[in-house]
Amino acid sequence: MNEEANTMTDTNQYLIKDEPFYQVQDDEVELYSAAYEARLPVMIKGPTGCGKSRFVEHMAWKLNRPLITVACNEDMTASDLVGRYLLDANGTRWLDGPLTVAARIGAICYLDEVVEARQDTTVVIHPLTDHRRVLPLDKKGELLEAHPDFQLVISYNPGYQSLMKELKQSTKQRFTAFEFDYPSAEVESSILQKETGINAELADKLVKVAGTARNLKGHGLDEGISTRLLTYAATLMDKGIAPKAACKMALVRPITDDADIRDTLDHAINTIFA
Amino acid sequence: MSETELAENPNREKLNCGFEQIDPVFDDLMEEASALLSEQGVEDYLAGASLICMIGRGVEPVLSYLQDIPAMADHLGEEIVSLVSQTVWKFSRTINGKAIPVFLQTLPAVARRLGDIDALQSYFDIIFDMMDKTSVSIHGHHATIPSPSLSDLLEKMPYLISQLSLVNLKNWVDYGIRFYSTHPERQRDFFSLQSADSLAILQRERQGTLFYDHERKLNLYMQGLWDDDPQLVPYSLGFDELRKPVPYFDALGLRIPDVYDDTNDVSGIDRYRATLAHMAAHQRWTRPIIADNYSPFQRMAVEFVEDARVEYLAIQQYPGLRQLFIKLHPRPIEGACDPETQSCLRHRMAMLSLALLDPAHGYTDPDILEFVDRFHDAMANGESSTKNIAGIGLSYVARTRIQSDQLANIFFDDTEINYRDDNRHMWTFIEEGDEEESFDDNRQTQAEEEELKGLPPRHYPEWDYHSQSYRPDWVSVYEALHPSGKATDIDKLLDKHSAVLKRMKRVLELLKPQNYVRVRYQEEGSELDLDIAIRSLIDLKSGSQPDPRINMSHKHDGRDIAVMLLLDLSQSTNDIPQGATQTILELCQESVSLLSWSIEQLGDKFAIAGFHSNTRHDVKYHHIKGFSEHWDDEVKGRIAGMKSGYSTRMGAAMRHAAHYLEAQKADKKLLLVLTDGEPADIDVDDEQLLIQDTHKAVQELDQQGIYSYCITLDPNADDYVTDIFGNQHMVIDNVNKLPEKLPALFASLTK
Repeated sequence: MNEEANTMTDTNQYLIKDEPFYQVQDDEVELYSAAYEARLPVMIKGPTGCGKSRFVEHMAWKLNRPLITVACNEDMTASDLVGRYLLDANGTRWLDGPLTVAARIGAICYLDEVVEARQDTTVVIHPLTDHRRVLPLDKKGELLEAHPDFQLVISYNPGYQSLMKELKQSTKQRFTAFEFDYPSAEVESSILQKETGINAELADKLVKVAGTARNLKGHGLDEGISTRLLTYAATLMDKGIAPKAACKMALVRPITDDADIRDTLDHAINTIFA
Repeated sequence: MSETELAENPNREKLNCGFEQIDPVFDDLMEEASALLSEQGVEDYLAGASLICMIGRGVEPVLSYLQDIPAMADHLGEEIVSLVSQTVWKFSRTINGKAIPVFLQTLPAVARRLGDIDALQSYFDIIFDMMDKTSVSIHGHHATIPSPSLSDLLEKMPYLISQLSLVNLKNWVDYGIRFYSTHPERQRDFFSLQSADSLAILQRERQGTLFYDHERKLNLYMQGLWDDDPQLVPYSLGFDELRKPVPYFDALGLRIPDVYDDTNDVSGIDRYRATLAHMAAHQRWTRPIIADNYSPFQRMAVEFVEDARVEYLAIQQYPGLRQLFIKLHPRPIEGACDPETQSCLRHRMAMLSLALLDPAHGYTDPDILEFVDRFHDAMANGESSTKNIAGIGLSYVARTRIQSDQLANIFFDDTEINYRDDNRHMWTFIEEGDEEESFDDNRQTQAEEEELKGLPPRHYPEWDYHSQSYRPDWVSVYEALHPSGKATDIDKLLDKHSAVLKRMKRVLELLKPQNYVRVRYQEEGSELDLDIAIRSLIDLKSGSQPDPRINMSHKHDGRDIAVMLLLDLSQSTNDIPQGATQTILELCQESVSLLSWSIEQLGDKFAIAGFHSNTRHDVKYHHIKGFSEHWDDEVKGRIAGMKSGYSTRMGAAMRHAAHYLEAQKADKKLLLVLTDGEPADIDVDDEQLLIQDTHKAVQELDQQGIYSYCITLDPNADDYVTDIFGNQHMVIDNVNKLPEKLPALFASLTK
């Protein structure tokens, strides 16, 4: 009966139907495709909101593979990934965790912000990420061979995490890695235009505001304004909000409580959108 | 003085004053007066002059009065005619009559700044108040010695009134009276703006946007908008009256004024930003060119055009700068300069400069219009360069050149653009100037070779509860390592207290502690651990023995606390208190040793320092244990060597200790002050003053996230200690118990 439940997992629900918009910046698409070809595990690093998750979605769509995303957090245990027994009316029943499901159906398993999970949790992925490509389900007494199409992708933001939250060397060294950063000004502007439909002039100005904030990183800001926030601002402007108000709401207020920085960014917005 | 002359002007009779010097100018004076004053006003005017004539200070005050009053009355209203004469009369009845001439001389300049007669009246009140309080009386209540500094104050008044509002002026004057009323020389230094604190207080009372208040914002501005992290160096506008300093930059940083007033509804901070934006634009786009082949006029023209170019480029980046620059740019009026009698070159350049900046300039001069077009053509193809754009400036000078440009009488109105720098960076000189043979370089000062002994003093403000304000940089704190004694003495002390140590150890074990961690496998706990609960249930169902430890709980781990122990090492600690056999200092040594030992056990960050003071100029701050030091023989040696003397200026020492605590990274910061008496010093008569200052220091520390706690050995401390520390204190009556109590107290404070 257990087996039955698992085989009934609807693979289609994990497929991405419409093309997620992703602006290629470099040769990352070819590199990723090659890595997937060889089923190499991939790690994506980069500041928040720079397009890591979007890239993975885009690649899953492009390769036509189901994508199973797990947002990692501190309280996550190994069973949250692998699976656990549940109780039901006539006893117990095994339920696969997302990692197990992905390994069974041959999906891309994407562990977002993996450093948030505790280190003893992360080690369960080890046997899946080397030549063995197996997942031991010790409680169930099953050794799961990964589906040939299964691939593991993890992402994290090296910027704001504390020293405590670092991946172990033994984990790191199982992955190939991309380092993402905010796109260049022209690319970012075109992303904003395609994503939200605002005009080029406003998009350029938004990118300029973002540049101001990114310059302040380390001077009181932990992170600059992300591309994601820029799209929020652009969306607000698209809804008819005045640019200055939209910027203040979407770009400045979320990222800082520091009055001096807020003033400086407000001033930048006022001079840029004069 | 002849009879006929007197008869000529009927008003001369009404002026009851016999000085001949008045006669030759009287007709002119009357003409001005009758033009500006009503009939009644003229009557008052002459009566007032007669009154001033009677005070017996010669002709000078009368002439000043006659000359200046009509214009002042025109500005402030006619009531001032008699107000001034009455005031001068009152003035002359005091012993400070000598200052009347200077009072009258500076009055017009002051009056021009004041809005109405009420303001003038309050100005007089300030003067009389100051006069009253600084005149010294020797016997009884009659003032017998005139104010030593009144003339100095009056001489500086035009400058002061240009910098301060009346309220701030009054604060400044009050400050001077309060601190120097008993010290004539210092008083003169203060009121003639010679002394440092006089200038410091003036700066504080100033209107406008002070650089120091906004330094971080300006740094962020440069960092954020210009991706540049320059050194910003303020200069003061207060000293160079004749040659006003102008912003500039060189390898050492950007020099900007220390204060900007709001003008043309541009706030001070925006004026700073405009100045910085202009300089940043220069740094980004200006490349130096060779100056030698250009005449000074040509250089000026090139500078104007280059300024316009970099601003144009800056505006492309930040369009909002255009409005800001336009508001700050003077608007020279076309035709304001007369080329027959004046050199109009600056005027023409300033007009061109405005026209380049502001499309709505409204000038009709064909040359200006043509060159504006040429400029914009040049800029249409990218950013151009300093060299290319210089050509436009040069041909503009050549085109509009006229003979009168050489005249010495240069037209300056509306041609100074005060947010721009002096452009010294854009010229390189192939040949040095004629003054190249200078003999005075390479002169080494010997002072440099003398190594400084110890660290330079740090200055701290002190709170003055009278005026509810800080006295800036009032206390000098000198810091040094405390001299050492024998470390073994301390080990002996610890041995003596081994019983206490044993007891402490148990308490400390309980305190040792940890971060917020999850504790699993608990029979009792705050939450059900689902994983294990299910596993147990499954075990149960499958018939094996279930694990009962299905709960989990959370607890704290990690004490992130930094402690600073500040010891009062004043003279009084050498006393042996009642019922004790040791001096307070010895008891301190014991208790500090025990405390240090305990804290070392806990592994908290911990530092010890001692302080005493000998007037505000000499507060000694001794390091006994630093945060990075361990409880080792060196530290023990310093504790063993503790010596005491002098007084207790607690506020400054606490501020200094706080500055070390602030540098520590810790969740909780604790400043323990161990003292045997109230804050006091020999240069302070008012005992409340230092108590209030210490209280203020406690509040400041609170704001910095530092918790201060006082342990006092003074049995009478109840009278004042709550005023300073609130509830954060403990009075130890039985001093002998101190060594035991201190570590226990620490333990309970940090539990």
